[in-house]
Amino acid sequence: MSTISLGSAPARRSRLRFGALWLAVPGLLFLAVFFLYPVAQLLGLSIVDPESKAFSTGAYQRIAATDVYLRVLGITFRIAGWTALWSLLIGYPLAYWLARLPDMFRGRMLLFVMVPFWTSYLVKTFAWMIVLGRSGIINSLATGSGMVEQPLPLLHNEFGVMVGMVHAMVPLAVMTMLPVMTGIDRRLVQAAQTLGAAPARAFWLVYFKLSLPGVAAAGLLVFISSLGFFIVPAFLGGRQQTMLAQLIITQVQELLNWSFAGALSAMMLAAALLSCVIYDRLFGLSTIAGGSAQVATGRIRDLGLALLGAVATAAARLGALTRALLGKRVCALLLPGFCWLVIAFLVLPTLLVVPLAFTSSQFLEFPPPGYGLGWFQTYFGSPLWIQATIRSFAVAFVTAFAATAIGGFAALALANSRTRWAGLIFAFFLAPMIVPRIVIAVGLFYLFARLGLIATDLGLVIGHTVLAIPFTLVTIAAVLKTYDQRLDQAAATLGANRLRTLTGVTIPLVKGGLVAAFLFAFITSFDELTIAIFVSGGIKTTLPKQMWDDMILQLNPTLAAVSVVVFAVVTAMLLVAERFRSSS
Amino acid sequence: MTAEPNTAKLVIEGLCKRYGATTALEPSSLSVAAGEFLTLLGPSGSGKTTLLQLICGLVEASEGRVVIDGRDQSNTPVHQRDIGLVFQHYALFPHLTVAENIAFPLKMRGRPGAEIAQRVAAALEMVHLGHLSARFPRELSGGQQQRVALARCFVYQPSIILMDEPLGALDKKLREHMQIEIKRLHRESGATIVYVTHDQEEALAMSDRICLMNHARIEQLGTPREIYERPRTAFAADFIGISNIFRGRWDGNGAIETAHGRFALPSGARCQSSEAALVIRPENLHLGARDGNAVTGRVSEIVYAGSETRIIAALDDGSQLVLRLGPDDAVPAIDEAIIAGWPRDKAVLVA
Repeated sequence: MSTISLGSAPARRSRLRFGALWLAVPGLLFLAVFFLYPVAQLLGLSIVDPESKAFSTGAYQRIAATDVYLRVLGITFRIAGWTALWSLLIGYPLAYWLARLPDMFRGRMLLFVMVPFWTSYLVKTFAWMIVLGRSGIINSLATGSGMVEQPLPLLHNEFGVMVGMVHAMVPLAVMTMLPVMTGIDRRLVQAAQTLGAAPARAFWLVYFKLSLPGVAAAGLLVFISSLGFFIVPAFLGGRQQTMLAQLIITQVQELLNWSFAGALSAMMLAAALLSCVIYDRLFGLSTIAGGSAQVATGRIRDLGLALLGAVATAAARLGALTRALLGKRVCALLLPGFCWLVIAFLVLPTLLVVPLAFTSSQFLEFPPPGYGLGWFQTYFGSPLWIQATIRSFAVAFVTAFAATAIGGFAALALANSRTRWAGLIFAFFLAPMIVPRIVIAVGLFYLFARLGLIATDLGLVIGHTVLAIPFTLVTIAAVLKTYDQRLDQAAATLGANRLRTLTGVTIPLVKGGLVAAFLFAFITSFDELTIAIFVSGGIKTTLPKQMWDDMILQLNPTLAAVSVVVFAVVTAMLLVAERFRSSS
Repeated sequence: MTAEPNTAKLVIEGLCKRYGATTALEPSSLSVAAGEFLTLLGPSGSGKTTLLQLICGLVEASEGRVVIDGRDQSNTPVHQRDIGLVFQHYALFPHLTVAENIAFPLKMRGRPGAEIAQRVAAALEMVHLGHLSARFPRELSGGQQQRVALARCFVYQPSIILMDEPLGALDKKLREHMQIEIKRLHRESGATIVYVTHDQEEALAMSDRICLMNHARIEQLGTPREIYERPRTAFAADFIGISNIFRGRWDGNGAIETAHGRFALPSGARCQSSEAALVIRPENLHLGARDGNAVTGRVSEIVYAGSETRIIAALDDGSQLVLRLGPDDAVPAIDEAIIAGWPRDKAVLVA
């Protein structure tokens, strides 16, 4: 009670509170202008007639008139829903396994999730095209060994899309669930066992129940992210798997139909927000940011507990049966075995691209008939690719600076103030993560077109900074959360003013978090495609945009070489970021 | 009891802190003499930490003044008040070595390098940690970290040193050792120290004066002996040491009427109201009636504590009585009926 920094002290110093909150103002203004305004405007466009500029629900009537759009909406929901479900089913055991590992070891194993998470969707999708294609790795192995006569239809159908989507989303699911799971006191499960619960029963009744907020948060994030996907369905799906984001791109890029694009975006945004509201009702949004879940009451709670009890009983029986059939030793290997399979699923496809980049063949055959550096020479010899590469690095560098500064100051402001607005401000800073990227991109395109920022590096930097701010804020806020505020107070009592406290004590201690945030922002920008498609204007292409264009035209081994370079850069950055983050 | 104005190091006038509807500290006044060791003692939530935070400026006062060395410091920011604060969990900078931690306040004051080196060495010597100067805080034991925190505070000789339960995180043995250490530092440096604790034994052992706090107010201010022997309230009697308290009505003269009978008071005992209580310390109780002041009860527990033996008895109404046996007294048996009496001048009448 006699601790100097009482967490419960509602107001420390009114002046300090006010002063601290000012640090968030630049970020708030930036997001208001380049995120809130363009998105709102896009939604506004959806209810305005393109010619007369008068209020009109024409765009929505058009959506409702033919069943094409409703069908696409249905497909989008179906694919996003299945992706969320499969990502949770596959991700939960992996997250559980990771959470049980000793801290040191977990950090290393987590890289198997982190690297796929940060690997560009383009690279991952390219990898799956090589693996699943008609003459892809699986089919050449299967037909070569005589297991099947005809190549299996693995691509351009629902299966291909689901594989690609789940592969892209499992890391997000795992990384969202993991903090909740590591926060669960393992002694609770032990306690349940000493109180007479069989291991499986103890797991379901205690651990699973406590991990549910994480599961729900992961499901929500995966579902919302999936809603806005277009890379995976464009390359791995067929006509039957066309998703909403693809329609929006067509409307804007080919038909320049803003009001209709706005209406489609509004539907996507509404779907995303509706999911958030439902989630908030059930669990409380603060759980996403690591807060404690609100406890449900009344009938829903009773129903949930009864259901859980039934599952637990069934699981206990099943567990006992499995143990009886397979023996204790085999059972103990089930979980790690499954997890290594998932890790292989996450990591292997991307790694298979590496030998293809060194192929001597003109085609993407597997295994390569011979090896050489020819395709890297093509890459480095092409002014188009090199310019795109240089631009990507430059844009990512500036973006990382801007996003780290904005996110850092905002995190500092939120850590030092106790206003009731803090939660709202935090949510606003995270909003670019929730609002589908395609919506932001189209909104920015419209805004930039009038500001003359299309096809400028500045436009790219602004757009990427909007997307990177949530990552920097979360990273720095996490470091500041564990930061002992009493050290600042100690510095003050020892005679340091605000600035010297910041530069002499706070920043050195959170340095690792700052570097990690910088690198995460860098990777976000370096990998980014959606904004680039619209803002680069076809002239100032970035590396992902150039890859996208090439992949649409024709698959060639240069793409493999580029993928390897992108993959190597991102992985290197990630390793450095993790090193810095764990050191602070 | 109040120090002379010209020697007062710290004067607090009507200092008060409110958070909305809740009051963390009622308007309080206090004066601390130069070189004095004053302890703020009280249970959790009694306002002692708030008072400390107000003195050092980490919290802004709602009303009142803080005067240090005759200058009003109420509006001075923390880093410009010439105070030192030893934190409960030390708040050592983890990225700085022991020597760098101790040098920090001197650097902030822009002292020349040679002076810093010399004073840091002296401070380290003072706490017997010269050999650990290049270590980082995490490489030290709790007691060593505590000494670094003390050295970091003493090194720049602030006018007042505030300590916020500095020994709270240490085990009992180490705590007693550090109490002696802090007393030594106090004596050698002549510093003015305001010390916060909830441990009454610690307060009794270390302080020149104790400021007993309860319900966001100053309950009683006095030397340890005054507070122990002449508590002014039932709370003070109960919080410091062990007390037997009989509540009742004071007849306005020389006696108090309680549930256990009518007892004679020490001569001259007075009280503000007729609602009063009689306090008798266990060591002043004896087996057998004396002066007519006695209660009867039944032995429920016998506690042997090495240097003494305590008898806990259940009185007729079920309340407890604690009695300390003299060295020559025969120990009664459990459930034995006893009579416990006291000399009338050893009892204290409190509000």
